[in-house]
Amino acid sequence: MSVPKLEQLSKSVAQGPSLATGAVPTQDWMDIPAVFKSGNYAYPAKKDKVEYLNSQKGLYFPNAREWSPEDDDWKLPEDWKNIILNGLKERLDKFRSLKIFMDCCVRCGACADKCHFFLGTGDPKNMPVLRAELLRSVYRNDFTLGGKILGKMAGGREMTVGVLKEWFMYSYQCTECRRCSVFCPYGIDTAEITMMLRELLHLVGVGINWILEPASNSNRTGNHMGLQPHTFKDNVEFLVDDVENLTGVRPNISFNRKGAEILFITPSADVFAEPGLYTAMGYMILFEAIGLDYTWSTYASEGGNFGLFTNNETMKKLNAKMYAEAERLGVKYIIGGECGHMWRVLHQYMDTMNGPADFLEVPVSPITGTKFQNAASTKMVHITEFTADLIKHGKLKLDKSRNSHVKATFHDSCNTSRAMGLLDEPRYVLDHVVDNWVEMPENTIREQTFCCGSGTGLNTDEIMELRMRSGYPRANAVQYVRDKFDVNTLACVCAIDRATLTSLNNYWTPEVTVCGLTELVGNAIVQENEGENRAVLDEGLRTMV
Amino acid sequence: MKYALSFLAVIALVLIAWLGSQIPGMPYIFGVAFPYLAIAVFLGGFVYRVVQWAKSPVPFSIQTTCGQAKSLDFIKHNKLEAPHTTAQVVARMALEILTFRSLFRNTHAEMHQGPKITYESSKWLWIFALIFHYSFLLIILRHMRLFLNPVPFWVQWLETLDALFQVGAPTWYMSDVGILIGVGFLFARRLTNVKVRYISLLNDYFPLVLIFTIAITGILMRYFLRTDIDIVNIKQLTVGLAALHPTIGSDIGAIFFIHLFLVCALLVYFPYSKLMHMGGVFMSPTRNMKNNSREVRHLNPWNPRILPHSYAGYEDEFREFMVDAGIPVEKELPPQKDEE
Ligand code: HEM
Ligand code: SF4
Ligand code: SF4
Repeated sequence: MSVPKLEQLSKSVAQGPSLATGAVPTQDWMDIPAVFKSGNYAYPAKKDKVEYLNSQKGLYFPNAREWSPEDDDWKLPEDWKNIILNGLKERLDKFRSLKIFMDCCVRCGACADKCHFFLGTGDPKNMPVLRAELLRSVYRNDFTLGGKILGKMAGGREMTVGVLKEWFMYSYQCTECRRCSVFCPYGIDTAEITMMLRELLHLVGVGINWILEPASNSNRTGNHMGLQPHTFKDNVEFLVDDVENLTGVRPNISFNRKGAEILFITPSADVFAEPGLYTAMGYMILFEAIGLDYTWSTYASEGGNFGLFTNNETMKKLNAKMYAEAERLGVKYIIGGECGHMWRVLHQYMDTMNGPADFLEVPVSPITGTKFQNAASTKMVHITEFTADLIKHGKLKLDKSRNSHVKATFHDSCNTSRAMGLLDEPRYVLDHVVDNWVEMPENTIREQTFCCGSGTGLNTDEIMELRMRSGYPRANAVQYVRDKFDVNTLACVCAIDRATLTSLNNYWTPEVTVCGLTELVGNAIVQENEGENRAVLDEGLRTMV
Repeated sequence: MKYALSFLAVIALVLIAWLGSQIPGMPYIFGVAFPYLAIAVFLGGFVYRVVQWAKSPVPFSIQTTCGQAKSLDFIKHNKLEAPHTTAQVVARMALEILTFRSLFRNTHAEMHQGPKITYESSKWLWIFALIFHYSFLLIILRHMRLFLNPVPFWVQWLETLDALFQVGAPTWYMSDVGILIGVGFLFARRLTNVKVRYISLLNDYFPLVLIFTIAITGILMRYFLRTDIDIVNIKQLTVGLAALHPTIGSDIGAIFFIHLFLVCALLVYFPYSKLMHMGGVFMSPTRNMKNNSREVRHLNPWNPRILPHSYAGYEDEFREFMVDAGIPVEKELPPQKDEE
């Protein structure tokens, strides 16, 4: 599992004989089996985690057991094949997207070189079109006339254990980033296919621990990290102390407070580890500066949702806590922190799954009076929308020189850009909090942004080489602005990014640190009462005092 | 292999039509029965497929946003790439369908030493796909001359437009050249682009070869084998077909039967193949949904009833810690019994 040396991997990415570098595979892809060896797969889910999830109402996680992808026998249930084919049929009937995407691909190849996994590994099955063909071939064989008559000639193939193993390998080498979908003439979104593959695999007990453990934690303790209420509170209070030590102003905070105007929910990673901690400090500084009447919750202490990477039932169950808590506390609406996949769920799934949130009000900024019409039904506002509006109305006193140590660039996370369209709000904020920032090359930002390479629950250490490869297109763009403009900070609005881009940069571009946008906001804010207690903060909130 | 098989399949179809139509009595089968059958299969199949798609609901709002969403007043909304209203969706779809907007974005990524990746705009697929599709469309529309009597003004108008350059005698239609160039490029690309070649199936080569052969036979009839066919008889047949009382004269010419039989094959093949992208593109949820999912609730007809792990259950598990930590609770701890 050790990661290859930088020179070695650099060479392999650029010159290794792969389809990405122009070498032609000699075998048809259907004839190449998936081979698992240490380092190329994420560990399977632990038995007790699967059992726990399976015991929860509304969830279905059968076949909990010890197993390893390296074994020949995956201990699948007796009638696994029927389970898979019936599961596929059920999903074809439930998701029009799946049917259309199965039927319409013309194999034009426009998506082929758009995937960061393909660019980094050169593995043909990481071309989005082939990833989809892994499923489509089975679909053809069992669900289409042509496939039933012509079989292999028409691109069909029978569902076998080998195919299932291949599904496992390649549905966990896709971060559901949707970049392929931007370029496809029919909008075919391979992320949808990956989701279906993962749902199907869970039906026979095939899943990874790095997803199911956080999901079960989140269900039980309220957050992925498994922080129990008192620990969660402690963690946040440490940050309060830090903020006070640094800025001289102690932010007011509260937990599970009834009657607060706003419930604030962010990924728990923000209160758990660097560099997310600084972003969390930024939130508190920001809310203190405007005197926001808000509360944290320990019960709904997770913004992220690993159910999105599992199946729609788990996504719904985990997400449902947000509204349940908002209703219990009697808040008016919810503000959500910086996170990518969290916002995919909030923007595209939450209201449908767990709405209507009639007990909440259409969000109105208590400071500016702006009504967030775009969130009128879901009643959740993105922190960046909220901040941009504050800045526009001149409600924040900002001193850009407090970020003079920063030369930034901005990374759009996949979900907020391609599943939400949040592109210019963060840029607007960035314009107002730093003197100096530049864009990465145009084919790597906004709707064409490249994934960090470790989204959808793939930020686990045992697949580090894979992550460094799939993150390479992003890292390469960072290298470009580092070399050309001396960029030293990669800003983002995603908690997974803060963790994964840090690993990625440490490997490819160690000179560039990663931060959340709100950290930069926190740095720049001038508190009314900060006085002389404020330390000299040469490195903003990261300064050691 | 796969492309060779497609040629074989098409050659077989050509031979069937050529030899078959020479057998006495068979012209009726090839000229009347097959076309009706093919049309029936095409229409029935097409409708069936669309209905099958429509039967599956769209449970979630999964638009792919390719530009700035509508949010705050001072943030400029990209109406075409992140449509917020039905009209904007229609505009986005029109761009997709009429101008192949997404293909226009296409880039070509290349690996260099360093390593370094470069992305170059790559519009060849876009250009030739457009040439191909518009030529195809024009040809289909021009064919209406054969089925409608008198020939409608718009068909004549299209013919004039299509023959604008006045080259050759009879004048070459741009669409005839276009379809050959278009199909030729798509086919050549399939063979020479390593990635595309690797993903291509028989199902990808076959329609291209079939369409190419249809176009070739059509062009042969119009420009080169004019004397081998009897255009008056053909028109009589086609108008008859359209009017539902077909009469078939003699001496129509084998090349015509080949052309017609291949078209029938295409019609029959169409609903059961990837050519259904013609219908599917209209129904693709990532493109045809509004990006207003936080403003207007999207409904899922099968939304399962799943409740969260309840707050009460959570508090029951952690109440002691919560009270200790000074976190408000709904139910206080039970009064502690004094030890005796
Ligand atoms: C409206 C949006 C459409 C788009 C974006 C689109 C795009 C494409 C593309 C990219 C190809 C791939 C060619 C290749 O790589 O081999 C193709 C092929 C084809 N399309 Fe379309 N198409 C559209 C509509 C239609 C319609 C309305 C028809 C009606 C007949 C049609 C018929 C075909 C045929 C016959 C082929 C060629 C055969 C093949 O490659 O399989 N398309 N189209
Ligand atoms: S771009 Fe779309 S149609 Fe073309 S190969 Fe990829 S998924 Fe298929
Ligand atoms: S969604 Fe992203 S990771 Fe998955 S196939 Fe498409 S481009 Fe690759």
